[in-house]
Amino acid sequence: MEIPYTSEIRPDTGLTNPKLGIWLFLASEVMLFGSLFSSYVLLRTGAPTWPVQHEVLSVPLAALNTVVLIASSVTMVLAWAALAPHAAAVRAGDRQAAEAALKRYRLYMGLTLLGGAIFLVVKTIEYGDKFSHALYPATNNFLALYFTMTGLHALHVIAGMIVNGYLWGPGARMWHSEPQRFANRIEVAGIYWHFVDVVWIFLFPVLYLL
Amino acid sequence: MFFLLVGFLLVLLIRWQHAYSGQPIPVFGGWLGEANAPGGVISPEFYNQLGAMHGTIMVFLGVVPLAFGAFGNYLVPLQIGAPDMAFPRLNAASYWLYLAGGLVMLASFFVPGGAANNGWTSYAPLSDIAPGHGQTMWLGGMLLLIFSSLLGAMNFIATVVQLRAPGMTWFRLPFFVWAQFITAFLLLLAFPALQAAAMLQAMDRLAGTSFFLPSGLVVTGRPLEVAGDGNALLWQHLFWFLGHPEVYVLILPAMGIVAEIVANNTRKPLWGYRLMVYSIFVLGFLSFIVWAHHMFLTGMGTAISAFFQATTMIISIPSVIVLSSLILSLYGGSIRFNTPMLFALAFMPMFGIGGLTGLPLGLAATDIPLHDTNYVVGHFHYLVAPGTIFALFAGIYYWFPKVTGRMMNETLGRIHFAGSLISMNVIFLPMFIQGLAGVNRRLWDGGALYSHAQDTLSLNVPMLYAAGALGFFQLFFIVNLFVSMRSGRVANTNPWEATTLEWAATSTPPRAHGNFDQPVRVFRDPYDYSVPGATAGFLPQNAEYARSAE
Repeated sequence: MEIPYTSEIRPDTGLTNPKLGIWLFLASEVMLFGSLFSSYVLLRTGAPTWPVQHEVLSVPLAALNTVVLIASSVTMVLAWAALAPHAAAVRAGDRQAAEAALKRYRLYMGLTLLGGAIFLVVKTIEYGDKFSHALYPATNNFLALYFTMTGLHALHVIAGMIVNGYLWGPGARMWHSEPQRFANRIEVAGIYWHFVDVVWIFLFPVLYLL
Repeated sequence: MFFLLVGFLLVLLIRWQHAYSGQPIPVFGGWLGEANAPGGVISPEFYNQLGAMHGTIMVFLGVVPLAFGAFGNYLVPLQIGAPDMAFPRLNAASYWLYLAGGLVMLASFFVPGGAANNGWTSYAPLSDIAPGHGQTMWLGGMLLLIFSSLLGAMNFIATVVQLRAPGMTWFRLPFFVWAQFITAFLLLLAFPALQAAAMLQAMDRLAGTSFFLPSGLVVTGRPLEVAGDGNALLWQHLFWFLGHPEVYVLILPAMGIVAEIVANNTRKPLWGYRLMVYSIFVLGFLSFIVWAHHMFLTGMGTAISAFFQATTMIISIPSVIVLSSLILSLYGGSIRFNTPMLFALAFMPMFGIGGLTGLPLGLAATDIPLHDTNYVVGHFHYLVAPGTIFALFAGIYYWFPKVTGRMMNETLGRIHFAGSLISMNVIFLPMFIQGLAGVNRRLWDGGALYSHAQDTLSLNVPMLYAAGALGFFQLFFIVNLFVSMRSGRVANTNPWEATTLEWAATSTPPRAHGNFDQPVRVFRDPYDYSVPGATAGFLPQNAEYARSAE
């Protein structure tokens, strides 16, 4: 007996298993980052002095990163949109439609990966700049929070890129064998990617602007 | 199970130390190594490791994985009529992460400086500045365990939501499934707080940050060279944000197991099934807003204390509803007193004692003298040891024929039950007396240096012997387990004449994803025992109405 609803929707819940799974995972992630944001609030309100954040950190670089990350979320949606409408045709054996859709998908997914890479490069430049001015996590609690929170976020970006890289490369073979399931995978990976994006949208004002 | 045994052996050492502090342990003392127990006497440092690791291993490696990981994993898909869990690969990943986390924890005993020795709560700043690698490995092990439980929790929720068999509506779910479902939400949403806390503490220990280190700390006569301005209470808040829901993670699956066994052995539907389900919903929600009742002594302010003591009083209501429903379910039933039922029956008063002794701890005024005394130790051990662990034993005896196709031996089971019940009470009841006399917990010499403790110190001796006896009676269980596996009486597919779906599956499910021989359809409520006018005394959930209406 196969496990039901791995790629088709269960009528009464309106969900596939992986889609519910990723939302549950993200609920847990909200609590994780939520705990860190709460720690930030508690430490900052309790501190006798707090650095002027935008003087320590580079707002222009972070603004650039915000734009890059949002753009990569858009291309992620486009990657999914390139596949999803054609799943039925591919299943019916339309080779031509399959190849055309896959080509567009690879382009958009490639751009998403590029966005992630640019984000990480900019982040590395920022970190390097801090270290060269002898600003380390141990310097004060603001920098400790900055490095911990953005570091954890960067790990999430890297994890997302590994998954997206797999789906761009070897994982894409599934498009020919189980098109609907592959399109679902892109959707689920996309939900995760948007979440990483949203976390950054909270991190940017909290750490750089406020 | 193995980790439970390890945790138990650690506590035997602690009990020895309390009863005969400073005296060498006979026979086994030499095995602990010169560094830990010079001349066979437990050193204070090693004593602290024992305490911290006993708590950690019992909670995170013993009870939770057994109650949630093992029982839940096996029974939830069976009881809802699913072929398997929703994500089998994640399930495997979750198990391997758990094993890795467990091994890291155990390995930490063998690194220089030994295992973590800051209590199972790892309170900062002590744990921040503790030397050696034990605490760092504790954090690493904890992160692995948290990741494991996260994957497990996702899997459980998705399974219950998505894979219920046709006809298995929400209010036809057995209570055990409901209990596991709520537990999964607690794990999913509460554990990340500890995850964040563990990361911050790891940063403190490895990168020299001072999240939990306030300014002006002086350690061994020298000021600590850190930035400071940290907040030690932050650790406590984050820890107990997990820690309190964790308590319900320990108790909900136990309630679920007991409910199944009670319904089956009273041959009656559960009294107030819906009420119980609503209660654990409320319980699950409230468990997120009671955490600071562990922190009344930290000086966080009376307004906050008042809020948390109010929520704590409110959360006792759903627990009482569940327990009362279980007791009322017994009323008027013709009870079958087999081993699982004996354990389930013992669960109720034991859980009751544990719960009622918790009320004075939940009120700030009475908590202040009782805080960190043996009274607290007695309170939570009554909940977890004769409470949850009895429920787990009940579950093992009850579902053993499901797993192996054979019954466990009743005589050995009864000896195990009686011996465990008596020795557990001899161990834990004196803790209340000691605690009310003001004896603090976690003392290397069990309080021998304090004058107020002198009157109650003699109680430590019977407690040690009872702990030894408890260990002895577990041998009956271990022998029973292995002997029955090979040569127990062969059981049919439904030896307890139960209604829930796990008994509709074959005793030896086919390999790969297949719990059931044929697709399952559900037609009835979970506990259709003794239905008036029915031909049989019980009607399985997949029994069609047409057939039973005759």
